[in-house]
Amino acid sequence: MKRRSFLGSTATALSAPFFLHGLAVRAYGRSPVLDALVATPCEDRVLVLVQLQGGNDGLNTVIPLDQYSQYLTVRSEIAVAENDAVRLREDVGLHPAMTGMAELFTNGKLRIIQNVGYPVPNFSHFRSTDIWLTASDEDETVDSGWMGRYLERRFEGYPTGFPNATMPDPLAIHIGTSASFGLEGTRASMGMAFSDPSTYYNISNAGKPIGSSLGQRAQDELRHIRSVGTQIANFAAPVKEASLRANNKSPLYPEGNSNPLANQLRIVARLIAGGLRSKIYIVNQLGYDTHAYQATGGPGTPYPHGVLLAQLSEALTAFQDDLRLLGIEDKVLGMTFSEFGRRVVANGSAGTDHGAAAPMFFFGTTVEPGILGDNPVIPVDASPEDNVPMQYDFRSVYRSILTDWFCLPEATAREVLFREFSRVQIVRGSDVTSVFENLANPAWKVSISPQPVSTTAEITLVAPSGPITISIFDSTGRRLAVTQSEHGGGVFHMTLDVTALPSGRMTLNVAHSEGVVVHGFIVHK
Amino acid sequence: MPLMPYSGEWTRREARHLVRRTLFGARQEDISRALSLGLTASVDTLLSPRGTPPEPVAYVRAGGIHEGNRWSNAAYQAVEDSTLFAFFQTWWISLCLNQEFSIREKLTLFHANHFATAYSSVNDARYMYRQNVTLRAGCLGSVKDLATSMVTDLAMLRYLNGNVNTVSSPNENFARELLELFTIGKGPEAGHGDYTTYTEDDVKQFARVFTGWIDDDTMLKARFVQKEHDSGTKTLSHRFANRTITGGTTESEARLEVESAMNIIFDQETTARAIVRRLYRWFVDYVITDETESTVIIPLAQTLRERNYHVEPVLRELLTSQHFFDERLRGCMITTPFDHVLGLVRLFRPADLFPPDSRHTHWAYRTLRRSMATMGFDVFNPPNVAGLQAYHQAPAFHQMWVNSDTLQKRVKFSNDLISDGYMLDEAYEPSRIDVFAVTSWLTEPRNPHAVVVDVVAQLLTIELDEAQITALTALLSADGNTETWSRNWDAWLAEPNTETTRAPIELRLRALLKAVTSMAEYHVC
Repeated sequence: MKRRSFLGSTATALSAPFFLHGLAVRAYGRSPVLDALVATPCEDRVLVLVQLQGGNDGLNTVIPLDQYSQYLTVRSEIAVAENDAVRLREDVGLHPAMTGMAELFTNGKLRIIQNVGYPVPNFSHFRSTDIWLTASDEDETVDSGWMGRYLERRFEGYPTGFPNATMPDPLAIHIGTSASFGLEGTRASMGMAFSDPSTYYNISNAGKPIGSSLGQRAQDELRHIRSVGTQIANFAAPVKEASLRANNKSPLYPEGNSNPLANQLRIVARLIAGGLRSKIYIVNQLGYDTHAYQATGGPGTPYPHGVLLAQLSEALTAFQDDLRLLGIEDKVLGMTFSEFGRRVVANGSAGTDHGAAAPMFFFGTTVEPGILGDNPVIPVDASPEDNVPMQYDFRSVYRSILTDWFCLPEATAREVLFREFSRVQIVRGSDVTSVFENLANPAWKVSISPQPVSTTAEITLVAPSGPITISIFDSTGRRLAVTQSEHGGGVFHMTLDVTALPSGRMTLNVAHSEGVVVHGFIVHK
Repeated sequence: MPLMPYSGEWTRREARHLVRRTLFGARQEDISRALSLGLTASVDTLLSPRGTPPEPVAYVRAGGIHEGNRWSNAAYQAVEDSTLFAFFQTWWISLCLNQEFSIREKLTLFHANHFATAYSSVNDARYMYRQNVTLRAGCLGSVKDLATSMVTDLAMLRYLNGNVNTVSSPNENFARELLELFTIGKGPEAGHGDYTTYTEDDVKQFARVFTGWIDDDTMLKARFVQKEHDSGTKTLSHRFANRTITGGTTESEARLEVESAMNIIFDQETTARAIVRRLYRWFVDYVITDETESTVIIPLAQTLRERNYHVEPVLRELLTSQHFFDERLRGCMITTPFDHVLGLVRLFRPADLFPPDSRHTHWAYRTLRRSMATMGFDVFNPPNVAGLQAYHQAPAFHQMWVNSDTLQKRVKFSNDLISDGYMLDEAYEPSRIDVFAVTSWLTEPRNPHAVVVDVVAQLLTIELDEAQITALTALLSADGNTETWSRNWDAWLAEPNTETTRAPIELRLRALLKAVTSMAEYHVC
């Protein structure tokens, strides 16, 4: 047993967990035998990312019903009525607008991971979006996207030598007028944008040399334009052909333009069904920056949050149904993400301000169904600054998708994400034991005593052996301290010295390669 | 030390460069005018104040507002408001297409992007129009004054929730973006909530200064609500030398607080530099090297501060500088969607191109607006408060304008307008430019090589290689024989109104224009 700076060592007695729910997640109508493996070969698998722009309010999306009275206290103006929430479990409800997604959940096609974020929240949309897309630490900037770095390892040399027989199509497609920063590679852009794949126009002289008498900067820009021209020349025709080869089959897509997200996903379904080999598709939904009039809509908020969630739910449901009817359901894994969640407490404008961690949705036939992670804790006396601290690092999600869905070797995933992140179970049969299953055993436990803590406290952990990372977050969702340790298995005792910590509510986060447990405690000096 | 003035020769090339960067497109008459005026007088003319344009009207009946009537003072009509917003967009397009030899429209658009505000969230066309009037009237004046007026601007009060920012529940949205985007900018995170240039607490303190203003949509002015204003003293962080702003209670005291706040923010050298960088990226180049920072940005920031944040002297210094005409930077700017669309239309007399009555012109301009939107520029609906990505998304910046989707849209637009037919309005046949307008550009019309040189000189800002000129020359005759073009030209001159003599010239000129506008070189200026 090794320890790091802020932890001392001593033994103490066990006490009961503070707010963990021991619940097995496999309580769904699926056969464990059939579920053991995802049948689709790695090279045929597709990832669809749904970006919810503006910062989705996680607490009004996945509602912690076990703390309903606290929830109501801090969010009275925007709270969802307890009986209106669509109950997924006794303690967890979805926003009433999300009936379609609730049905996906019941059918084992939806997974929720709670409290996904990064250690020190950044409240700027732009910075936080960059962090999510580049998979950078919050205090560094990176000029390439996580998907771009994955794709350039998967398709070495791109764009030189592409398209070719094994990859005749764009590596990734963003449905819209610009390709996501997340698709930027370190040398070249690895994705293409199409808003209407059924047409294409090219520049006329893509291959010709650039005039050498031109200024250096003009040459740089011309090179960019021509490389886009070459991309179009090489890839637009197959995309167009694919889009014309298949027709959507689901009757659940709404008519007309009432749901822009559904329209984007409709194109994605057609392209995949049309045989396009692209690995990643990105679609977007705007409008989640609900600073005011969140529940009703009003000046500054054209769409109430519920309307956005209804569109999301409708779009994902129709898409999933379409994939089923098109016979490609097993090839596709979907995921939603947003640059941040929102504050715990509603602001004075019947809205919510920029926050920290939030739930993510994963959809498809190949997801491990159920909910991973704990309900966020809502103190009745929460302050306007309070945030949901992260339980799972968003890069753990990326890492798991890279290794478990795209079958990337662990070492390569480490290169893409710059270092090791623990796995979380997203893909069915990917053999990561979830923390809930462990707790149901219960082989995993954490406790802190005494409470509140004034100088030192004892942490007791019961966990399998392996490296663990222990972090402490304050109530604004910010990581104050972190340490790593090697655990030999069984009962693990540590002394927590809080003299360097401020008074207030804290969250202890213990991350192990097989899961994450969180535990609240109070520092009072 | 001021920038070194430009001392090189003043030819058509330099005149064209100045015109392309300050107006939409470069008409022959504008280039000739700049050429004959010389640099100093051209810049004087570009920067001279212009009168206030007439108000927008209803181009078709909208609810209670009859065709031809003004609406900026009319009562709000929820159902018709998006129609009024469409009138406002048409009005803006009309101002741009009919612009004088003045920087006003490009500069007003700069400010509209800098103080980005989206109609999709404001939902009141009258507010959007009024903000635009403020920006246009002050476009050459003080940025500090513009920033001050944004505190009580109706559209901004709504867009960034200033209208719900009260003493009892402060809303930080406006204060945050004022610091992060409109003025001083966010520096590296030096500590918890400390962004080097300002701190999280400064955001809160400034937000307190701006409390108490609401948008009165009946009186159409910002109204001060005394009881909602925070009259306490606001104390800033060490990043602002711990300066304080004394609180007041009356409207005039609250205005004094705003003035003090702006004095403090604009007293910082960093603010001047941030604004100069924005101007530089709008008019010169997005790449700012260390050398550019020290020899261009810092000196211009000095001028900006010395001239009390007036933009006019800074632009005069920049546009007449050696740096602006540096050969290394010629042609380095990727043409924006507004330059691409409005610039091409302006080259060919919009009055000839569009239907004669205002109603149909409005519908035609709606089509132009949509074309620009598909290229990534939806006027007065920026993607978010940071404005257009091309001006803030590092490292790609202007390259964001050209991707696999938008490049196709750009080429399709020019192809349609030049040759294939552009659907302006369902009531009309597709429009095409009068390609014979090109003949006024030609110095030796019988000589196909000279024709290409003249057309290229008119349409492009950079020079082509001889091999490219030769390839284009071949387009002027079906058999590749240069004498065929000369013979056809003579035949047309002899019988200009005969279809058989006219058709070959028209066909060949359209082919040439289509080819030139489809070249990568056409997409830089």
